[in-house]
Amino acid sequence: MPWNNQNGGGGWKSGGGGGNGGGGGPWGQGPWGGGGQSGGGGGGGQQPDLEEILKRSQDRMKQAMGSGSPGPVVLFLAAIAAVAVLGWYLFTFTVKPDELGVVMRFGQFERQVGPGLNFKYPYPVEQVLLPKVTRENSIQIGMRSLTGGRAGTSVSVRDIPEESLMLTGDENIIDVDFVVFWRINVGTPDEATGQTAVEQFLFNIQNPESTVKVVAESAMREVVGQSDLQPILTADRQKVEQQVREVMQKTLDSYGSGIRITQVQLQKVDPPGKVIGAFRDVQAARADQSRIKNEAQAYANRVVPEARGDAERILQRAEAYKEQTVQEATGQAARFEKVFEEYAKAPEVTRKRMFLETMERVFSGTDKVILDSSGGGQGVVPYLPLNELQKPRANTSAGVQ
Amino acid sequence: MRTFGIILLGLLGAAALVVYSAAYIVTQTEQAIVLRFGAPQDVKNEYKLDAEGKIVNGAGLYFKVPFIETVDYFDKRILDLDTSPQEVIASDQKRLVVDAFARYRITDPLEFYKTVRSEVIARQRLNDLMGAAIRAALGGATFQDVVRDRRDELMIQIRDRVNGEATKLGINVVDVRIKRADLPEENSEAIFGRMTTERQQEAAEIRARGNEAANRIRATADREATVIKAEATKTSELLRGEGDAERNKIFADAFNKDPDFFAFYRSMQAYEKGLASSDTRLVISPNSQFFQYFGNANGKPANAGQ
Repeated sequence: MPWNNQNGGGGWKSGGGGGNGGGGGPWGQGPWGGGGQSGGGGGGGQQPDLEEILKRSQDRMKQAMGSGSPGPVVLFLAAIAAVAVLGWYLFTFTVKPDELGVVMRFGQFERQVGPGLNFKYPYPVEQVLLPKVTRENSIQIGMRSLTGGRAGTSVSVRDIPEESLMLTGDENIIDVDFVVFWRINVGTPDEATGQTAVEQFLFNIQNPESTVKVVAESAMREVVGQSDLQPILTADRQKVEQQVREVMQKTLDSYGSGIRITQVQLQKVDPPGKVIGAFRDVQAARADQSRIKNEAQAYANRVVPEARGDAERILQRAEAYKEQTVQEATGQAARFEKVFEEYAKAPEVTRKRMFLETMERVFSGTDKVILDSSGGGQGVVPYLPLNELQKPRANTSAGVQ
Repeated sequence: MRTFGIILLGLLGAAALVVYSAAYIVTQTEQAIVLRFGAPQDVKNEYKLDAEGKIVNGAGLYFKVPFIETVDYFDKRILDLDTSPQEVIASDQKRLVVDAFARYRITDPLEFYKTVRSEVIARQRLNDLMGAAIRAALGGATFQDVVRDRRDELMIQIRDRVNGEATKLGINVVDVRIKRADLPEENSEAIFGRMTTERQQEAAEIRARGNEAANRIRATADREATVIKAEATKTSELLRGEGDAERNKIFADAFNKDPDFFAFYRSMQAYEKGLASSDTRLVISPNSQFFQYFGNANGKPANAGQ
C-alpha cells in the first residue's frame, strides 16, 4: 500500500524502462512479467525474457543430468549469470541525450546525472526521473493545428474563438492567435529556494503544461486589454509579444516553476470575422485614396508640361514674328534706300519712269473704261451695273478660295 | 527439519510483511499524514518555509506502526484550479463574463484532511470561494478598471479575499489571474456593430480625403498651366510689340531721308498691290498724267491745253 503512489504523477518512471543499450537488451520487458512462452531457438534479433532464459537453463540442466552427472560447475555459472543479469537490470539506467537523469533516494532529490549509462540503487531505495530538458514545447492558443493524413502532411488550423477573441483597451474586440514556446530552464540554482530549475519543474507545480497555457491566455488578455485596437493590428505586434513573454515569465517565476518562456509568437492578429469586411474596406479605401491621388498626379504631370510646351510655342512664335517683322522692315528700308540713292542722282527721270512703269503694270491687269468728259462726252451717262460687277468678283473670290 | 524450514520461511515472510507495512516513503512532491484508525497522528514533509524563505524538504523514508496506522498523501506542489466563467456586473452597470484561474497549495495537510479531505472537494469549495470573491472585487470596479486600468490590483484583491477563507481549509492560494474578461454575447454584437460603423466612417473619410487631395492636385496643375501660358502670352505680346516698334523705327529712319519721295514710292507700291487683281475695273478720264501723250505727241498736258 504505501508504495502505490510512487509511480503516479507526471514524469515518474522506473529505472529500466525503455531501450537499455548493449547487454541490458534482453531485460527490456521487465523480469517478472514473462508469458508462458517456452523454449526455443530464438534468433539473434529476438529478445527472450528472463523466464525463458531460466527455463532454457533448466532444460540444459535436465539435459546435462539426463546425459550423466549434473556438473556443479555448470550450475554455478548459470547462477552467476542470472545474478549478473539481474544486477545489471536493477543497478543501471540510461539517460537519453535530450533528458536529464534526476535520482531520488527515498523520494528525496539525490543527484543529477547527464546522458549515458548510469548507476543507481534498486527500487525502492532510488528512483529516477527523466525530464526532457532540451525539448522545446509549444502551446497553441486561439487555434489548433490538426495534422491530418497518415503521414501528417496536411495541416489544417481550427480557430477557437473563446480563446482568441478578446477585448482591447478601447473596447473593441480583436481575434488573436498565438503560440508559446517554453522549455525547462537550465542553469544555476534559484537563489530564493536553492533549487535548480529542473527540481523546481519536477517538484513545485502539478501540471506545467496547463499552467503555461492559462498563464499565457491571461497574460495576452492583460497586455491586449492595456492597448488600443489599431496599434496591435499594425505596429505593436513585437511589443505585444515581448510584453506577454515578460508577464508570463514573471508569473511562472512567482510559482517557482522552473519554466522558461523562450518565445511568444503572434500568429493571426485580425479584427473578428464579423467585422473584418469593414476593416478590409478601410484598406480598400486607402488603396482608392492613393489611386485617386495618383491619377490626379498623373493629370498634373501631363497638364503642366503641356502648358510649358504651349508657352514655349507662343514665345517662339512671338520671337519669330519679331524677328520677321524687323528683318522685313530692314529689308524694305534697305530697298527703299537703294532706290532712293539712285533717285537722288536723277530725281525727275526716275520719278517719271517709276510712275509710268507702275501704271503700266496696274493698267495691264485691269479692265479699263476710258471716258473723255472734255470732248463733248456729255451724252454718256455713267452707269455702273453693280450687279454685273459683283458677279465676276464673287466668281473669282470663289475661285480663289 | 522440513517443518522447521517451513516455519522459518513463514516467519521470514511475516517479518517482510511487517517491514513492508511499517515503512513508507514520502517524496518531495507529497505531504503525508499518518492516521491511526482515522485519527491523525503525525505529519511528514508538510509545507513549511525556513528562515530564508526556502521550502523545507522533509522527504524520505519513514516508519509507522504496521497495520494500525495508515498514511494519506497530499500534493505538496502548486495545484490547478480553473474556475467556471462568472457573469459579473461592474460598478458602471456593464456586464462582464469573467473566467479566472487560481494556483493554490495545500499548506496545512492536517487542516486540509479535516475539512475537505480530497482535492476534488477542495476544488469545489475553492470554486465557490473564487466566485464570491470575483463578484465582490469586480462589483466595486468599473468595466475599464477590469479590462485595462486596475487588472493587477483586482487580481491581488481577489486572491486575498479567497485566502481569507481558504486558510481555514489548509489551503493557500498562490495566485489568482483573470483569464478572460469579456462582454456577454449580446454586448459583443453591439461592439461588432460599432466597430463596423467606425470602419465605415473611416473608409468614407479616407475616400473623401483622397478626392480632396486629387481635386487639389488637379486644380493646382490647371492653375499652373494657365499661369504659364498667360506669362508666355504676355512675353509674346511684349516681343511682338518690340518687333513692331523696331520696324517703325527702321522705316522712320529710312523714309525720313526724303518724305516726298517716300510718299511717291510707297504710293506706287500701294497702287500696284491694291489694284493689281484682274477684277479691278477702272473708269478713267484720259486727263491723267498717264495719258499725257495720249492724242498729243508734244506731251502737252491735257489740262494745260484747255
